Amino acid sequence: MSSHQPPTLTTPERPSAVTQPRTSHASTWGRGFLVKLALLAAVDALGVYGVLAAWSAESHGLLAVLVVLLVVANWVYFSRRALPLKYILPGLIFLLVFQIFVVLYTGWVAFTNYGDGHNSPKGQAVEALLVQNERRVEDSPAYPLTVIADGEELGFAILTDGGQVRVGTAEQPLEDAPEAEVSDGVVTAVPGFEVLPRPTVIERQAEVTTLRVPVSQDPEDGSIRTQDARSGYVYLSALEYDEAADTMTDVATGTVYRPNDDGQFEAEDGSTLGVGWRVFVGVDNFVTAFADARYATPFLKILAWTVAFAVLSVITTFLLGLFLAITFNDPRLHGRRIYRTLLILPYAIPGFLAALLWSGLLNRRFGFINDVLLGGAEIGWLTDPTLAKLSVLGVNLWLGFPYMFLICTGALQSIPGDVMEAARIDGAGRWRTWRSITLPLLLVSTTPLLISSFAFNFNNFTLIYMLTGGGPRFQDASVPLGHTDILISMVYAVSGVDGSAPKNYGLASALSIVVFLIVATVSAIAFKRTRSLEEIN
Amino acid sequence: MATSAPAVAARRRMTPRRYMSELGWRHLVGVVAVVYAGFPLVYVISASLSERGTLTGSNQLFAQVSTANYEALGDTYFWTWVANTLIIAVVTGVGTVLMGAAAAYAFSRFRFSGRRAGLTALLIIQMFPQMLAFVAIFLLLLGIGNVVPELGLNSKLALICVYLGGALGVNTFLMYGFFNTVPRELDEAAKIDGATHGQIYWTIILRLVSPILAVVGLLSFIATFGEFIIARVVLQSEANWTLAVGLYGWVSALLEANWGLFAAGAVISALPVLALFLFLQKYIVGGLTAGSVKG
Repeated sequence: MSSHQPPTLTTPERPSAVTQPRTSHASTWGRGFLVKLALLAAVDALGVYGVLAAWSAESHGLLAVLVVLLVVANWVYFSRRALPLKYILPGLIFLLVFQIFVVLYTGWVAFTNYGDGHNSPKGQAVEALLVQNERRVEDSPAYPLTVIADGEELGFAILTDGGQVRVGTAEQPLEDAPEAEVSDGVVTAVPGFEVLPRPTVIERQAEVTTLRVPVSQDPEDGSIRTQDARSGYVYLSALEYDEAADTMTDVATGTVYRPNDDGQFEAEDGSTLGVGWRVFVGVDNFVTAFADARYATPFLKILAWTVAFAVLSVITTFLLGLFLAITFNDPRLHGRRIYRTLLILPYAIPGFLAALLWSGLLNRRFGFINDVLLGGAEIGWLTDPTLAKLSVLGVNLWLGFPYMFLICTGALQSIPGDVMEAARIDGAGRWRTWRSITLPLLLVSTTPLLISSFAFNFNNFTLIYMLTGGGPRFQDASVPLGHTDILISMVYAVSGVDGSAPKNYGLASALSIVVFLIVATVSAIAFKRTRSLEEIN
Repeated sequence: MATSAPAVAARRRMTPRRYMSELGWRHLVGVVAVVYAGFPLVYVISASLSERGTLTGSNQLFAQVSTANYEALGDTYFWTWVANTLIIAVVTGVGTVLMGAAAAYAFSRFRFSGRRAGLTALLIIQMFPQMLAFVAIFLLLLGIGNVVPELGLNSKLALICVYLGGALGVNTFLMYGFFNTVPRELDEAAKIDGATHGQIYWTIILRLVSPILAVVGLLSFIATFGEFIIARVVLQSEANWTLAVGLYGWVSALLEANWGLFAAGAVISALPVLALFLFLQKYIVGGLTAGSVKG
C-alpha cells in the first residue's frame, strides 16, 4: 500500500488534508495506490484463472468460494468503508481456508465413513463400479485397432466392419474420422493425432491396456478396450444400474444389489460390491474408537501413555531445568554465560534432527550407547516396550530441559530482591524462603508455559515418529500401532495417508477431535486454576 | 540471592571447603550437564567426518577425519531439500510477519464492530493445532489439485499456503500486545499532519514494532524448518521434500548404511537454525517466554 513520504504529497491536496484528515487513500492516484492496483490486478488475474479452471473441472464448491473471495477482496480494497478489513483480509483468507475450514472439515469427516472403499460421492461410486466390472462382450467382433496420441493423451482409432474409421480418447467418445488414412485394413494416419510406433506402444503398455474409450456418450453402450494393441473389443459392464429403483443388477446372475446404510450395494445374501460411497455414519467412528476391540484396546493403552508421556515430559524437563537454573543462579559463579550457551545447544538444533540422531545412538546392535558406553551390551533401548518408553522420555528430557532452564532462569531473576530480603529479616531460613517465596512465585510465572509445554508434548508427533515410529508393535493388534505410539501418531497410522494401512479418514478425524477435546479441556482447566493462583499471591 | 560486591570480596577469603560447598559443586554440575547436552553433538560431528559412513564405523570418535560424507551429499537430493526448506521457511516467515502485523495493527488501532469477537475467536482457534487436521488438509489439497494442480498435493506453494493459514491464529496475540505499547499519540500526530492510515502503518508503526516482527519471523522460520507431519503428507515426490522429510527417509530406510550421509546432512542443516539461535538468543528467549513453544 502507500509508502510515500509526506514531502512528496502533491501540494494542492495538502490544505484539505490538514483541515479534514483523510483516513483512506482508496482513490488517490499516489504511488501506494498504483502498487495496490498492481497487486490487486495480479490477485484478480490469478483468481479468474482459478475460476475458469474450476468451471471447466465442474468443481462447483471451489468455483463459488473463489467468486465470493474475489468479490470480497475487490470490494474491501476499493471501498472507503472497509478500513480494518484492508489489514485483516489477507491473513483472514488463509485462516478461513487452511485453518477454520480444515477444522470444520475434520469435524464433518469424523462423522462419515470416508476412507478406502468409501472414497467418493455415490454418483462416482456407481460409475466406478460400472467401469471396474466391464467384461468383453462374448462373440463380439474384433476391430483392427491403432494406438494414437494427442500430446501425452492416448487414444484409439478403430476400423469398423463398414470400413469407417472411428477415433476417441478416454475423455472423448468415439466419433467418425473420415479424413483418416487406411492401408491393409489398419489405420495409418489420423489428422490431429500421432500414430504411436510399436516400441512406444510396448513402452506404455500398462497405459494402453487400461485405456477405455467410450463407444458413445451413453455409458451403457460400453467401451472399446484392447489387450494386444492390435484389435479392440467392445466391453460392457457386468453390472447394470437402475437409476429409478437405485439398484445394481448383475447381468449374468440376475442378483439385485440394493444400497445399504453403510454406503455399499448389498445383495439379499449379504454380499456387497467392492466400491462404496461416503455416507454419514453418525457417531460410529467414536464408538469404534472406544468400543470396537480392534481399536479400543490399543486406543485406551495409547491414551494412557499419551497422558503419561506429556505429564512426565513436563515434570522431568522442568525439574532438571529448574535444578540447573538454581545451580547457575549465583552471581559469584564464573563462566555462567558459557555454561548457558552450551546448555542451550540441544534446544537450538531442530527437533527432528535430535530425534533421528538419538535413534541411531540408541540402536540395539550398532548404537554408540550400547556399543561403546556399555561395552557391546545388546540392550533393546527402542525395541523393548518398557525401555522404549523410558528412552522416549529420556530423549525428550535431553531435548526439552534447555527450554525449562531458560524460562526458570528468567523467572528466578525476575523475583524482586526486596521480597527475599523481607523473608530474611523475618528470620526465614534458606529452605523456608525457597518453599514459601521462591517456588510459588516461580510457579505463577511459569505455569502458563508448562501448560503449553504439556499441549505441545501431547502432540509431539515428530519425536515419536522419528525415534521409535511408535514401536515396538503391539503383538495382539490388527492395526499397525505400538507401545510408544501417542494419539497423534495413532491418528497418522489409522488415516493411512502414508500407505502402510488401509485408509480410514473417518476414524482418523474422529480421533483428532478426541485429541483436541482433551488438550482444550486440560488447557482450559489449567488456565483457570492459574488465574486463581495469581489472585492468591 | 547474594548481593555481588561483598560476595566477590568474600570469595578471596574463602576456604577450599567453603568454596566447594558454595561454588565448586556448581561447576561440577555444570560440567556434567554440558557433557550430557553436548556429547550427541560431538558424536554427530565425528560421525559426519568418519570415512566409512556406517553406524558401526562412527563409534570411534574422530578415528578418521574425511570429507567423504559431505562430498557424497552432492550425489543425492540433499541440496535440493536444503533449497526447498529455506524457500518454504523464508516465505512462510515473511508472509506470517506481514499478515500478522497487519491484522495486529487493525485490532490495535481501529475500533470496529466485531473487534472483540474477532480477538476472542482467534484465541479459541489457536487452541486447535493445525497438524491435528492433517487428514482434512490432505483431502482439501487433493480436491484443489484436481482444479489447480499448482496448489494441490505435492506442491511447495500449497504447503506454504497451509502454513500461512496458521499465521493469524498463533501470532496475532503476541503482536497485538506489543502494538498496544506504541503510544497512540504518535499516530494521531501523524494523522493531523495529513498522513494516511497506510503511511502511518508502513512508515511509523512497523518501524517501532520491529523487535516483535523479528521474533515472530524467527519463530515462524524455525517452526517451519522443523515441521514434519504436514510436509510429509503434502509433499510426495522426492525432489519436493524438505529436510525433515528427506533426512527421515534416509534414516528410516537404511539406518546402518546411510548414517554418515545423515550425519553430514544433519550438521549442515542444523547450522542455519543454530546460528540464528546463538546470535539472536536474547530476542528468541524473550519471544519464547512471551508464550509460544518451539514446534
